[in-house]
This record gives sequence, structure tokens and C-alpha cells, in this order.
Amino acid sequence: MNEAQRFPDRDPDRDPEEDQEEHKETQETKEPKETEGTERAKGAKGENGSRDATSGADGMSGGNGDDQRPTPDPSPDQPPRIPLPRASVEDTGRPLPALEDLGDPTPRPAPLVLEHRVLKSLLGAWALAACSTEETAAVEEHLGDCGLCADEARRLREAVGLLHPAESLDLAPSLRARVLEGCLERRPPRIPVPEWATPYDAETARLDALLQDFGDAEWHAPVRLRWFEKDEPTSRRTTVAGVIAHLLTVDGLVAIALGLEDPMGEVTADRPTPAARTDAYWRASHFPPTRAVRAPWREQTHALVRTVSFTGGGGDGGGGRGKLSVPYGDFELPLHDAMLDRAFECWVHAEDIAEAVDYPYEPPSGSDLHQMVGLAARMLPTVLSARRRAGLAAPAPGRHLVPAGEPGRSLRLEIEGSGGGEWLIPLDSPAAVGSAEHEVAHVALDGAEFCRLAAGHVAPAEAAAGQVGDRAAIRDVLLAAASLSRM
Amino acid sequence: MAKKDAPPRWDRKMQQRLARGEAAALGELYDRFSSLVHGLAHTVLGDERAADHLTRDVFAHVWEHPDAYDPKQGPLRSWVATLTHRLAVQRLRATETAALAQAGQGSTEELERKVRHASVAARADYIVQSMPVPLRAALELAYFQRRDYRQTAADLGVTEDEARRRLRLGLQLLSTAHDAGAAPGAPPGYGGAA
Repeated sequence: MNEAQRFPDRDPDRDPEEDQEEHKETQETKEPKETEGTERAKGAKGENGSRDATSGADGMSGGNGDDQRPTPDPSPDQPPRIPLPRASVEDTGRPLPALEDLGDPTPRPAPLVLEHRVLKSLLGAWALAACSTEETAAVEEHLGDCGLCADEARRLREAVGLLHPAESLDLAPSLRARVLEGCLERRPPRIPVPEWATPYDAETARLDALLQDFGDAEWHAPVRLRWFEKDEPTSRRTTVAGVIAHLLTVDGLVAIALGLEDPMGEVTADRPTPAARTDAYWRASHFPPTRAVRAPWREQTHALVRTVSFTGGGGDGGGGRGKLSVPYGDFELPLHDAMLDRAFECWVHAEDIAEAVDYPYEPPSGSDLHQMVGLAARMLPTVLSARRRAGLAAPAPGRHLVPAGEPGRSLRLEIEGSGGGEWLIPLDSPAAVGSAEHEVAHVALDGAEFCRLAAGHVAPAEAAAGQVGDRAAIRDVLLAAASLSRM
Repeated sequence: MAKKDAPPRWDRKMQQRLARGEAAALGELYDRFSSLVHGLAHTVLGDERAADHLTRDVFAHVWEHPDAYDPKQGPLRSWVATLTHRLAVQRLRATETAALAQAGQGSTEELERKVRHASVAARADYIVQSMPVPLRAALELAYFQRRDYRQTAADLGVTEDEARRRLRLGLQLLSTAHDAGAAPGAPPGYGGAA
């Protein structure tokens, strides 16, 4: 922004009469300074100012009787800033005028005779240097006669100086958390966003910011969704818009549980699972999803955060709807875990999208990541026992299942880095309590790496994990973590 | 990016939710207006960190004084822009005055000129962002894409008359950025129509 530099010689309070003088002067002289002034006004378009000066000068007799035919402008979309002459004497066949006649300051008729109404309508285009050569001449001629138009012309030229390329400054995603935190410290909320919903709030905001400047190319960029199924890596191809549609339909499971509208609308899935719903939604539309999916997705994310704020805060107690659970078709999750699950999925798919369009994307904040890892750690014992029943995990070495509430064989999961911590995973029964005394194995890995494992983006055998202790137990837990992933 | 105008209903509900102390509403407010607030603050202050700080001040002000906004007076968006403008200019003046006192060089006239200049620039940015999309699209083509008005008309699929009208009207709107009011509390250019 430097309109002051662009108009160093333009005083807004200047008398319009003076400006008219300037326009007359422009027609009478070859003074390159005048061209520069206009070039500045053109701002970013100004590079061709020198050519303008040339073609403008071509048109000027300058009082030396050396009239020339105007050189056709090489690029008609870039008219010269200086008016071209009226009909050339050579065209008229009349004798060259006497030198003293050329000094006559009275304006001569322009070749293009336009109504006042038209001239006025051209002022904006003129100020932007977006008229034809002849129109520019006619306008500039007119400005010498009409104070009102000259006044407006100057105003519009000044306005052009205020235009500049929009700086697309990406806000630091962490700014949101800092700003909100600062506000809530100054005035504690009467209705807070529950702690277990803040990761979802933050992750959806981050993904929305990523989508902000996407053009059609990005929206239709191919994305490969990856997960583990039956301990094998599986994938599906879709697009960025398809991923947002996927998030919309699966978040919809939480929306339905909360009594909000199902985003699927008329579309029905044969099963209420994330995959079946996504498939049904993708199939139902005649065209692949477009950027139009962003608004309903974002509206739903806001509605979910708003609604869970009213469910009693605790999520696992408190208000009447606190015990709400969210059916996923094959299993259920308590509301607070479902919201963490959706936060996790949002981050994982945001990474898929960022990778597809080659944008950088940071992991969640430490405290949010901690909550997401905590969810996976909570889910592992149940998954382990289901896998054992299905013959996918080694049977418990003990003769009996550990009684509910008793300490049992445990694996210590140590998550390093921001948001890290330690979790003791009971291995033999979801009802058992993790116990340091019964620790049989220790796995250490980075938080983001663990989440990639749980997202099915890293094979259990390839996860960069430090391992000590019972190899079979470690293998079972890593496979169980990968099996948490789904489409 | 095209911004659809928020219906007044949204503004009213937002004001009520903020007054009620709903943290989720604050998040939504941030999601809708943070680019606007940060952008204006950056234009006035010319510094990323200062703009971050000001963004915090603006949202804190709205959160602490939700009743200061009266939906009858106009859109929330204009109100937030006006508030941002006022706080940003205040901060610029304060930091420049402090710098002036410390360095002992420069003059208060220079300071005022700088403040005025930043102020006009911020209003101009807001006007461009908020003007009707057809006008902005025409200016975009004629100024940034260097199309003449006939090409602009063809690109937009409108008559040449209409292209000329849009360019002129767009610049007329933009030129109101210079109409700085004397009262710092009420900078013009943040009207709902602009």
C-alpha cells in the first residue's frame, strides 16, 4: 500500500482547474513526466509506460510542424496514456498549418465524438487504463472542459492507487487456541466447550483453514484413503472433496445420536457404518463431490460443538444426555470418545488431503494429541479381546480370565514428544486394570507415529517403536492398534 | 474467496449466544471473522506479531462486551471491522508516539500522516473485500489481469456498458476510503452496503 508514493505529485485538494491545465498540457507537450504520472496511477500495470510515452509522443506535433501519422498501438489492450492526435493533416491533403497556429491553446475537436453520458461512464475504465486509444483521447479531451468529470476522474485515479494484490496471509493455526484461551481467561464461559470436544473443535478449524484457498484443482486432487482390514493394508481412491464428504457422513453418526439432522438427507445406506454411509453418499450423487460439500461439513462441525456444549459438560455423567453413546454400526462409543474419534479422523484425513495437494500440515497440539492417544489406549483392551476371540491374537497365557477390576498382565505404552505420556494397557481382559507390577512389555514411540499406526498409515511391523519384553504381546498390541483404523 | 453476506439472523443469534457466555459461539465468531480482523490489523500495523496481538484484543473485547453490538445498527461484520480499525489505529498511534518520544526525531505531523495513511489503506482493503462480487470481479480483471473494459465485459459475459458501469462504481466505492471522518470512533467505509 503506497498510494502516497504513487501520487507524490497529486494533491487531493488541488483545484480541478489545475488538473484541466495538466490535461491540456498533456496534449501539447512531449514531456515524459506526464506519462510517468499516469504510469504510477496504473500501479502494477505500469511497466509499459515507456511504450506509452513513445506512442503518445508519436501523436504530438509539439508545435514543430512535423506531424506524423499515429503509429498503431502494437497492443490494442494497452492504450497509450497520452491522447493521440486528431485527424492527421496528411490525411486531409491540406497544407501543413503554420507554426504559430499550432501554438493555439484552444482544444481542438477529438476524432471520437462521444456524448457526455458515455464519457462519464468511461471514467472508471479510463482511470484503470482500460479504454481504447480513441476513447482515452476523448475522455482526456473532455476532462479539460468538464470540471465535474475532471473531479471524479481524479478521485477514481486515486482510488486505483489503493488497489493492491490481496496478501493471502495464512493465520497461524495456533493463533485460534491462543485467542480463545485469552478470551476465556478474561471472562469464564457459562457454557464451556467440554474438554473432550476441544480437539474436534480445533481439528475441524485447522482443516477448514487448509481448505480456505483451495481452487478446483485442489478440490479434485486424487486422495488415497488408507487403512488396515484383516491385518492387511487397504485403500480407496477418492478426491479431496470426496474426503470431506466422507467426514460429513461419518460425523453425521454423532449428529444423529445428538438428535440433529442426518446430513445424508434422502440417501439411505444399507448399514449404519462409516464405510456404508460414505459409499452410499458417494454413489448417490450423479457427479463427484465438489467444493460445495465444504459448507455443510463445516456447518455440521459447528453444530456438533455447539450441541455437545449443552449435553451436561461431563459427557460421562452429569446432564441427562451425558450417557449418550454413538452407534457406529458394528460398535458403539460413548459420546466423549466419539468426539475424540472424530477429531482423530479429521486430523488423519486432513493429513491425507495436505499430502495430496503438497501442503505442510502440523500434528495437533500436545494436549489434543494426548487425548487422542488416550482414546486409542482405552480402546485397545476391547479390541484385543475381540481379536483373541476371532483367533487373531495369542490366547491369554493364564488359565482364567482376569476378574473384572483386578490387576492383570499389562503392556506399558510410552508415547514420546508433545502430548505424550504413559498408559498401562491390560492385555487379558477389557475389565482388568492395567498394572505396573504385572508389566510384561514396554513399547515406546512418538505420538504422531502412534497415531499413524492407529490410522492404518503405518504397518505395525514398520512402526518405529522401541520394544522391550514379551514379543507376542507387543505384536498383538501393535496389530490391534492398526486394526483401530477404518475407512 | 467470495463471502456470502451473513443474514441478520445469524448476527442476532451470535450476539445472544455470546451474551449467554457460550464458548462455542466464540469459536464460531473467530472462524468467521479472524481473517478479516487479522488482515485489517496487519494492514494498519504492518507487523505479523502486532496483528496477532490485536486479533486477541478484538475478540476479547467482543467476548467481554457482547452487548456493545446492537444488531439494529447494522451487520456484525461491519461492527467488528470498525472495532478492529479503531483498536488498530489506537495501537499504531501509541507505538508510534512511544517511538517518537524515544528516538526524539520525526514529527507529530509525520506520525499523523502515517496513521492517516494506514487508516485509509485499511478502509480500502475492507471496501474491496466487502464490495459486491460483480464489482470486485470487474476490478480484478481490469486492474490485476490487465484486461481492457471490452475484454472485461467478454470475460464476465456482460455488455460493455455494464463493464464500464461496474468499473466506475467499484472505484467510486473504493474512493470513499479517503473520506476519513474526524471522529476516531466512527471511521467511515465500514457501512453494510460497502
